[in-house]
Amino acid sequence: MSQSYDRGLIEDFGRWQEFSAGMWAWVLHKFTGWVLIGYLFTHIAVLSTAIPAATGDPAIYTGTLQSLEELALVRVLEVGLLSVAVFHILNGVRLLFVDLGVGLNAQDKSFYASLVLTGAIVVASVPTFISGAF
Amino acid sequence: MAERYSSFEPKGTRWFLQRLTAGFLVVVLAFHFMLLHFVHHAYEITFMGTQARMTQVGYFATMVLFLVTATFHGVNGVYNALVNQGLSGTRKTAVKYVLVGAGLLLALQGTRVALAMTGMDVTF
Ligand code: HEM
Ligand code: HEM
Repeated sequence: MSQSYDRGLIEDFGRWQEFSAGMWAWVLHKFTGWVLIGYLFTHIAVLSTAIPAATGDPAIYTGTLQSLEELALVRVLEVGLLSVAVFHILNGVRLLFVDLGVGLNAQDKSFYASLVLTGAIVVASVPTFISGAF
Repeated sequence: MAERYSSFEPKGTRWFLQRLTAGFLVVVLAFHFMLLHFVHHAYEITFMGTQARMTQVGYFATMVLFLVTATFHGVNGVYNALVNQGLSGTRKTAVKYVLVGAGLLLALQGTRVALAMTGMDVTF
């Protein structure tokens, strides 16, 4: 099914000006995947305050999370995380379809659709994400 | 001929597991964001609220499964990306064990956290 197609090395990022849509999709999917796994480690570290909270003072957990949420910087980073996650999900679903052989001729279009949809979802969510922070 | 950009060996075991976990993650990750940003606001999260959710068996099971699946998917993704970049030999083996170790630690700590969220004492 997948014959090789000589597009040169995408791993050679210096060629970015010659990248096609599929190559951008690949780069962005990598970048967002790495951000998500990095976040997961941080997330569990922060949530670990639940361990002392369980036996002692619940405020250790509540206070840590709420003071993080009070920082405007954290809110901005959360919007970034949302964009990253939404793109990774939508593009990931697109990849699942591609692997099932669905929509092979509309790959560029479906990639652009993922980008546009990511943008729309993020913009629509911004008010909820930053409410009360500024 | 369709273009295909993937770091995974098509139809290999890692490829398959990456897709299997992805299918599950789509659902839970979207659910997680909806619940903790729109149903409950992130800045209103309290230990009591978390505990109320985590003491429900279904929610608890979903979160632990989410933890394990996301950890696997993330670590498998990173490993595969490095192999795709040409990692081989001893370095490949070393990276593999470091990643397996990091993944296990994350899942272990995450499980402790999940239990603590129900109110259990997990200190030792
Ligand atoms: C900024 C957005 C996010 C917020 C505010 C958030 C908040 C939380 C909170 C409060 C909990 C504790 C459970 C509860 O109270 O119901 C939790 C658990 C969890 N979250 Fe998130 N989360 C976010 C994004 C993410 C993302 C992107 C991932 C995946 C990479 C993720 C993975 C998890 C996992 C696996 C657990 C379970 C932890 C365990 O069992 O120890 N979260 N999250
Ligand atoms: C929510 C739904 C998700 C979907 C649909 C999804 C889908 C996918 C797919 C299909 C791939 C393989 C791409 C390829 O063939 O090269 C992949 C790679 C990856 N994913 Fe996900 N994923 C999801 C969530 C996550 C989460 C929560 C994390 C982090 C904890 C994550 C981290 C990664 C990483 C690190 C890679 C490897 C990227 C690379 O090749 O460098 N993904 N994802």
